[in-house]
Amino acid sequence: MIDLNRKQDPAFHQINTIEFLNVTKIHLDNGIEVNYINGGSQQILKIDFIFNAGTYFQKKPLIASSTINLIKEGTKSYSAAEIAEGIDEYGAFFEVENSYDTATLTLYTLSKYLNNVLPYVKEVLLFPTFSKNEFNIYKNNRLEKFKINLEKVSFVARTVFMEILFGKNHPYGANPTIETYDNLALSDITDFYNDFYNLDNCKILVAGKVEEQTIASLNNFFGSLSILKTTTSKKPTIILSDENSTRYIEKENALQSAIRIGRIIPNKLHPDYFGLQVLNTVLGGYFGSRLMKNIREDKGYTYGIGSGITSFKNAGYFFISTEVSSKVTPAALIEIYNEIELLRTKKIPLNELELVKNYMLGQLLKACDGPFNMAAMFGNVDMYGLDYSYYTNFISTIKKITPQTLLELGVKYLNKSDLKEVVVGLL
Amino acid sequence: MITFEKFTLKNGLKVIVHWDKSTPIVAFNLLYNVGARDENENQTGFAHLFEHLMFGGSDNIPNFDEPLQRVGGDNNAFTSNDITNYYITVPKNNIETGFWLESDRMLKLAFTEKSLEVQRNVVIEEFKQNYLNQPYGDVWLLLRPLTYQVHPYKWATIGKEISHIENATMDDVKSFFYTHYLPNNAILSIAGNVDVEEMKSLCEKWFGDIPPGVIKKRNLPKEPQQTEPRRLLVERDVPANAIYKAYKMCNRKGADYYITDLLSDILSQGKSSRLYISLVKEQKLFSEINSHILGCFDDGLLVIDGTLQDGVSFETAENAILNEIERVKTDLINGLELNKVKNKIESSHQFSETSILNKAMNLAISELLGDANEVNKEVENYQKVTAKEIYRVANEILNESNCSTLIYAKIKN
Repeated sequence: MIDLNRKQDPAFHQINTIEFLNVTKIHLDNGIEVNYINGGSQQILKIDFIFNAGTYFQKKPLIASSTINLIKEGTKSYSAAEIAEGIDEYGAFFEVENSYDTATLTLYTLSKYLNNVLPYVKEVLLFPTFSKNEFNIYKNNRLEKFKINLEKVSFVARTVFMEILFGKNHPYGANPTIETYDNLALSDITDFYNDFYNLDNCKILVAGKVEEQTIASLNNFFGSLSILKTTTSKKPTIILSDENSTRYIEKENALQSAIRIGRIIPNKLHPDYFGLQVLNTVLGGYFGSRLMKNIREDKGYTYGIGSGITSFKNAGYFFISTEVSSKVTPAALIEIYNEIELLRTKKIPLNELELVKNYMLGQLLKACDGPFNMAAMFGNVDMYGLDYSYYTNFISTIKKITPQTLLELGVKYLNKSDLKEVVVGLL
Repeated sequence: MITFEKFTLKNGLKVIVHWDKSTPIVAFNLLYNVGARDENENQTGFAHLFEHLMFGGSDNIPNFDEPLQRVGGDNNAFTSNDITNYYITVPKNNIETGFWLESDRMLKLAFTEKSLEVQRNVVIEEFKQNYLNQPYGDVWLLLRPLTYQVHPYKWATIGKEISHIENATMDDVKSFFYTHYLPNNAILSIAGNVDVEEMKSLCEKWFGDIPPGVIKKRNLPKEPQQTEPRRLLVERDVPANAIYKAYKMCNRKGADYYITDLLSDILSQGKSSRLYISLVKEQKLFSEINSHILGCFDDGLLVIDGTLQDGVSFETAENAILNEIERVKTDLINGLELNKVKNKIESSHQFSETSILNKAMNLAISELLGDANEVNKEVENYQKVTAKEIYRVANEILNESNCSTLIYAKIKN
């Protein structure tokens, strides 16, 4: 056996292309758009029904999320229990997700039972009854969860951060309080449903074992329904927060302080977005990031620290988040701002940048693995009217980007005076 | 069906290779047969602290993460009461970097003082973040010693108390490494679009010359049969009252394991389950209720936990749980209800197999339990369960004399 040189790393190969699973766009007989990705070896399906009915469209907190949660709790033909029973009987799962822009009902099912569970999906989407009883149960139970969340420093920091970022009056920034729960009315939900849950405001995204029969079934259940026009009077609100740029919420006896720092940035549609993703990864977007190295691996102040950027349809934001020992909160803040400042004053060394680029491409490859992941990747761009070319642009932009460009982005976006800061715990 | 090949190196390292042509990613999962149950009672939390130290550099490679990130890979690890598991996902063409990194830290860790000092602090912060600075965070720190009196499951993987982590020394670290981190105490599982022969030669190349060691026979005390109800009442500054009921059950390999899992599903899997329908929707006593099992390598627990609605007394809430338990002990469940939980198992299983990493992990864990191929029999094992068996197990284990109850009360203002 040849002597092994364990100090020498094995040769490696850069990722040049990523194979995207094909997405096919069709329309049901009545015009509903369906996108599907066929793949994988399991006989299973994941079907998303995506409505433009997220938080952005609500007049008060809680309405959008309550609506998507309550559509499952009783319909014209079935009680809440019958729906749950009908779905469970075939081993299927419902999942609802309310995001800032969209509200999604997802069905996970074995392909062989698709026709057994679609009747329930149809009822839930089209004929929910929103009974007073179900509404009250839902509201009470959510309020209990909310009260528990208010005891968590990370939860409070996250919600207060959104508030000072976008302002209390913007749907992205308005948070519920106990009073909002008390004042939530059933008519808020039914109005919201009537305004936004029309089929012309819905797209269907299917992934897994998609066969001719799958599409025929969808057409059978949804393609013959008449479509109402959604006349959403909702206008995009101007995002301008008049909140103070820092907020400190003291929590007696807190063992850790939760910190959030960040700002509004452009969303996916802006040319700076890819560069900002690189900058974010360098700073706090992976385990070897500068924040992790400094604040966890060198100082031991925290179990974890990270940063991220998020894109909404009408804005984006950048954030740093951590929970640090409350004994060292001021020291941790100093180190965080030091790391931010470095991105504005010093070019990222080529060696570090190369690592980050490779890491990001590897993560993209993983994010595209299999039909379910790929469907999520498609959904994430489709809502902006973009397609897979977004990802090929991402790859080529990442590969080309230079330390100079990133320094300029740092100067442009990471000025301390533009950053908002929330601390919940002890300073 | 997960197809795989299995072989063992001369030093005792067991290897499983599963090929799946559909993915560009390879999962590389290395499981060590050591967990918190192998700790000394005065040095708890050590297996988990040690997992953190595994990222502090090895003999020939100063930093574990960087070279992997440089080739587009990612990794993490977890420690349970039974095992410590390290996993990597990496683009297929760069799989050798995984071999290089994992074999070097199996060969010899760097053992730097700095790493020990920092990771002690990091783990203490993890302790605070997840167990102390969270509402209900200390539940398992209370429930474990209540349910287990002699078996090492009586402490959580994070440890009994922070001082155990503070007191860990470099000598302890070294002795732990040379006792447990041996090729003959590990299982490597590789899944992806890989060639088995190539994996064999890479295994030989990187792991072949790591010397095996002597593995001490595990000799854990068996938890004696519980004979009386146990109760603990605590008061905490939380917004709502909560109750936890833990019933002893068999271990992961026990004949009744699948039956007990389905019993727990009957009680609380999904929104048509008995506890949810009766206690949350109809009687409105709980804002949330769950039941689940701990699939432990030694005797486990079936746990029912719920958060009480405001104004509901503990007595009323607990009696309502007991009534549901009485029902499942009195009447045979009907075929439809049994079929429902079996169908859920089948679909969950199919969805879990869409993840290459899940497959690699499950193969390694199954192999440690005796045979990797058990992953392919799981659904069938659930399918075989009958209503009579569920009735029998419910009557055997869902008794108060077999139960530990934690009453977690909010402090009255």
